[in-house]
Amino acid sequence: MARRAAVTGIGVVAPNGLGTAAYWSATVSGHSGIGRVTRFDPASYPVRLAGEVPDFVDGQHIPGRLLAQTDRMTRLALAASDWAVADAGADGSTWPDYLVSVVTAGGFGGFEFGQRELESLWREDGGQVSAYQSFAWFYAVNTGQISIRHGTRGPGSVFVTEQAGGLDGLAQARRLIEAGGEAVFAGGFDSALCPWGWVAQIASGRLSTCEDPDRAFLPFDEEARGYIPGEGGAMLVLEDAEAAAARGARSYGEIAGYGATFDPRPGSDRPPGLARAIRLALADAGLAPEQIGVVFADASGLPDQDRREAAAINEVFGAATVPVCTPKTMTGRLCAGGAALDVATALLSLRDGVLPPSANAVRPAPDYRLDLVGPRPRRVDVDNALILARGYGGFNAALVVRKPTETGTRTKEEQWTR
Amino acid sequence: MTGRSVLITGVGTVAPGGIGTKQFWKLITSGATATRRIGLFDASRFRSQIAAECDFDPAAHGLGPQEIRRMDRAAQFAVAAAREAVRDSGLEFAATEPTTIGVTVGSAVGCTMSLEQEYVVVSDGGRKWHVDNAYGVPHLYDYIVPSSLAVETAWAVQAEGPVSVISTGCTSGLDSVGHAARLIAEGSAEVMIAGATEAPISPITVACFDAIKATSPDNDDPEHASRPFDLRRNGFVLGEGAAFFVLEELEHARRRGARCYAEIAGFASRSNAFHMTGLRPDGRELSAAIDAALSHAGVSAEDVDYVNAHGSGTRQNDRHETAAIKRSLREHAYRTPVSSIKSMIGHSLGAIGSIEIAACALAIRDGVVPPTANLWEPDPECDLDYVPREARERPLETVLSVGSGFGGFQSAIVLTRPRRGESWRGERP
Amino acid sequence: MDALTIDGLRRILRECAGVAEDVDLDGDIADVAFSDLGYDSLALLESASRIEREFSIKLADEAVTEAKSPRMLLLVVNQTIGASSPE
Repeated sequence: MARRAAVTGIGVVAPNGLGTAAYWSATVSGHSGIGRVTRFDPASYPVRLAGEVPDFVDGQHIPGRLLAQTDRMTRLALAASDWAVADAGADGSTWPDYLVSVVTAGGFGGFEFGQRELESLWREDGGQVSAYQSFAWFYAVNTGQISIRHGTRGPGSVFVTEQAGGLDGLAQARRLIEAGGEAVFAGGFDSALCPWGWVAQIASGRLSTCEDPDRAFLPFDEEARGYIPGEGGAMLVLEDAEAAAARGARSYGEIAGYGATFDPRPGSDRPPGLARAIRLALADAGLAPEQIGVVFADASGLPDQDRREAAAINEVFGAATVPVCTPKTMTGRLCAGGAALDVATALLSLRDGVLPPSANAVRPAPDYRLDLVGPRPRRVDVDNALILARGYGGFNAALVVRKPTETGTRTKEEQWTR
Repeated sequence: MTGRSVLITGVGTVAPGGIGTKQFWKLITSGATATRRIGLFDASRFRSQIAAECDFDPAAHGLGPQEIRRMDRAAQFAVAAAREAVRDSGLEFAATEPTTIGVTVGSAVGCTMSLEQEYVVVSDGGRKWHVDNAYGVPHLYDYIVPSSLAVETAWAVQAEGPVSVISTGCTSGLDSVGHAARLIAEGSAEVMIAGATEAPISPITVACFDAIKATSPDNDDPEHASRPFDLRRNGFVLGEGAAFFVLEELEHARRRGARCYAEIAGFASRSNAFHMTGLRPDGRELSAAIDAALSHAGVSAEDVDYVNAHGSGTRQNDRHETAAIKRSLREHAYRTPVSSIKSMIGHSLGAIGSIEIAACALAIRDGVVPPTANLWEPDPECDLDYVPREARERPLETVLSVGSGFGGFQSAIVLTRPRRGESWRGERP
Repeated sequence: MDALTIDGLRRILRECAGVAEDVDLDGDIADVAFSDLGYDSLALLESASRIEREFSIKLADEAVTEAKSPRMLLLVVNQTIGASSPE
């Protein structure tokens, strides 16, 4: 019987909730974490709102020795990895050596740490950087630090595909479980809420300059005008479904299917690749479109991107047939953290039979013909959820999660073992 | 071993000492070194003032003014190397379904040079914490998220299959190729343009390695500063460059009569879960990666004809790696040549793993083992045959390349002569 | 130029490398090995770099790696400060 990747633990750090329970409760009730930037003074910038994680007191969550050598986004990831493994009820001391891995998605790296170090170097003649700069900011840091913290010596990986990374990482985690891995920490976190990170994000031309938190980030709305960036993400613990059941672990659901494509280059008349990614994921999961109960959209908030996403969803599912959720309206777009958090949210929807609302998108543009869930949550028992993520530049990824199954076989040729 | 096999059918390189695969191979088989005093910026205030830089003219590689303006140097290297690999493969890209072509790009530090250059402007020389948005250049977002390296490469080769950046520090170059091979083997792509790129020679990078005294401070003798396995080694020399491959499923390659350099027979990685920069002397996790890669390739330790080492030239790495090789190859380790080309082209962080795979592919093609340059005085703790100073002719069937990186990453890849369909293998160029 | 005291070293260690959960940095640490205090080579490199800047001195690489305890480090730092003073 082929192995199936089950999610047994979730750890969340989000702008509208510290910890999975707080996040989910806020999300179901439509409570947003978007507000005016407090991490630095946003007055001189055209974008003034962000999804900031409130009340994360580093010293409460991070060992003292790690504080000097970690950027904020690593601290959030470390805390979430602790919460995820505790949530899984897994005893790390029983894990066989070399069979537990960490796979993270990264986007910006430790950017705030980097800005401080660049300033130290450049501000004065003879400026220096700290001994930690060699590793505290680079994209691999979260995989490294989480692996050290939890003593995991299996193959570690880091995917950088902007917003799509979280799904690419979970697909890799599934491969590791299918190949015989005991457990995988998989997820993504980003935080670049410092002036240098701010200016770099503004340069994308995709951020909303609206200063009303209720109106700034409106994916699929008639007044969509860009997105609001945020910080945070999610870490998940994956295990073989049978093994998890045998030890009495609770499964949130299984990673059932995945597809990834890349858009044709600008100027090409070939079609964009999101619909194809969806079809690949459905085929991989062995599901027909009508078996998907909800789509968690990429939700870029840019009119032309929204239009393309709506077209792709409708092409596969038919117009206004499948409910579409955009919980990131309550957190902002979290770069590498976004897709991981969306997967966590989808699993919680499966568990509780509740589809979270899209905050503030009260006027979905009718010509998109989407059944957008909101402004209130919807009670629906769903067996399979589809999560979409598009990374800046043309990355498309789609992931299917399904309710835990007792039976069912999946055979998969796997030449490449761990 | 059943399943789909993965072949290298094209190679492209941008390396110190000469752009293009021919120049690269000529340099590293000659034993000459490309490590010099840093020329890309004034490094006189730093402890280590040496690097292995690429003499690279983007316009000469077909990059237009807008590409040169928007693309970080690492992206330019990637596109140049990927284009050479594609030409080298002879694959008719116009006739190949783009949805079956994917891309993986390894890089440890992404668009570091552009980020630093732009930081200096927006912060007005580090004077302002609240940096000036008015001075933010249009493509700044491309620099902050290094996935742009894969975007540019995918655009250059018109790939519409799975595309990603793999950023696992100094093993990125090995891991990118290993992952790409996996994607072909599982059927997610028929062709992968896979490799790695790095252009880290910038004040912030030099400073960060100064701070941990990891790089050689032999500024008065840069040509000999990179001395892997030598008793007097005192750190690595920072490098830059890129190498890309056309990886192709075997039947796909056979049908078009492609020339094949080597088969990617096995790949594995482990983590040392010990320290972000430190290594334990026994090398057990790297050894575990080696064992798993050999097993995956279906070969035994005794089959290994050559080990292309990580060999960065730091005191701790070379000791750690020697222990790992001995742990895995046992007595056979003493009969197997081991060499480090970082002795000649420096350590280009996330790119070097791919550049070393290129060296392995060429070594198999020509039956020549590149040397470890600057190796004069043996270290009793490093007592293997490191092919000192001169290349050696030796027919090679099975080659192992290994890497270690900050964050605890330990990776190993096995290349072999193609083991099926030898009769269709094309002429040596 | 002032000497580096044990309290000064405590402050620098705290700022540069934090404190391990089970360690009482304010206790009698003069002869406790740095490794037992939870400080690795990076922590010591960073602390040495800070000491160099605060006291405008240059410490030899080996001097730092060979100083296994606070007392040994204070000795080599203060020797260097004394040697570099104008009188």
